[in-house]
Amino acid sequence: MPESKTFETSAAAFASGAGQALTSVYVVVLIGTYIGLGALAHDVGLSSTWMMASTVIVWAGPAQLIIISAIGTGGSLIEVALAVTLSAMRLFPMVVALLPMMRRPGSRLPEMLLPTHFTSISMWIESLRLLPHVGREHRLAFCNGLSSGYMATAVVAGYVGYYLAAGLPPLLASILLFLTPLSFFLSTVNNARQVVEKIALVLGLALGPLLAYWQVELDLLWTGVIGGSIAYAFGRYRRRTS
Amino acid sequence: MKEAMVSLGPYFVLILVGFLPNEIWRLVGLVLARGLNEESELVVWSRMVAIALLAGVIAKLILFSSGELAGVPTPVRIGAAVIAFAAFMAVNRSVFVGVLAGEVALLAGAAWYTP
Repeated sequence: MPESKTFETSAAAFASGAGQALTSVYVVVLIGTYIGLGALAHDVGLSSTWMMASTVIVWAGPAQLIIISAIGTGGSLIEVALAVTLSAMRLFPMVVALLPMMRRPGSRLPEMLLPTHFTSISMWIESLRLLPHVGREHRLAFCNGLSSGYMATAVVAGYVGYYLAAGLPPLLASILLFLTPLSFFLSTVNNARQVVEKIALVLGLALGPLLAYWQVELDLLWTGVIGGSIAYAFGRYRRRTS
Repeated sequence: MKEAMVSLGPYFVLILVGFLPNEIWRLVGLVLARGLNEESELVVWSRMVAIALLAGVIAKLILFSSGELAGVPTPVRIGAAVIAFAAFMAVNRSVFVGVLAGEVALLAGAAWYTP
C-alpha cells in the first residue's frame, strides 16, 4: 500500500487494516512464533484457554515466553514479574512514538487505550510504515483493524501449536524460531529511510550484543538510550546546520 | 511459580506476573504521549530509542539464540542473516524474498554442518 488511501467510513478503514495485517509477512512470523509458544504451553501443563487468554491480555511474545518457561523451570513470582517488566520497557518509547500519529483535535484518552494495549513490535513497524498513507481521521480505526488481524492470527496459531505440540522436528523448530529476528531485521532496515534512523539501527545492532556480551545490566535499555540518543543528537545537529 | 499456580490459580498468576508488569510500560507511554505531536522532540527521540532498542533485540536473537535455534552454529545464523539482507536489497527491497532466502540459507547451512 504505497499510495494514499481514503475511506468512506471508520468500518472500511478497520477492514482495510485487518486485510493489510492478514496479507503482510508478519502473519507468517506470528504463526511461527505462536505455534512455538502454544507448544511450550502444552509441554508445561497449561490449558489451551490459558494460552489464548495470555495472548489477548499480555500481547507480547517475549513476556509470554518468560512466563510460560518460568512455569516449566521454576522461579519465584517476583523474579518472573521483574523479568517480564524488563522485557516490556521497549513498549514505552514505541507507544510515545506511535500515539501522536493517530491523534486528531478532539481525540479522547479512552480511544487511545486500545491502540496502547495493541502496541507490539509487528504492529508498531507496520503502523509507522502505513499510517502516513492513511487520512488522519481514519488512522485509529485502521490501526485497530491491523492489530486485531494480528492478534486473531496469534490466538489461532497458539491454539494450533498447543495441539501440534507432540513432536515438532528440531530443524522445523529452528526455522520457526529464526522467522522472528529475520523478519524484524529486514522490516526495520526497510523502514529506516532517513539517515538518523539508519544510524539508530546500526548502533542498536552493534550495541545490543556488545553490552550483553559485557554483561552490562539492563543491556537492552542502554542499547536503546545510547544508540537512540546518538542518532537523535546527530539529527538535531544536522537540522541546526542545514 | 508451580505452587503459586495452584494456590492463586493460573489466571490470577497470569494477571499478576504477565499482564500488570507488561502493561505498565504501555500506560507510561500513553500518559507521556499526551499533548505531544509527531514533531515533538520527545516523540522524535523516542522513535530513535525504539529503533535502536529493537535492533539490539534482533541482533541478540540472532547471535545468542535459545531453544532449537541454538543448535544451529552461530556462523550459519549470521551467514543466513547476511544472505537475507543481500536478497532483500537485490530484489526490490522485498522483506518476503529476504526472509525466504534467509530461511533457505539457514536450512542449507544446518544440513551442511550436521553429519
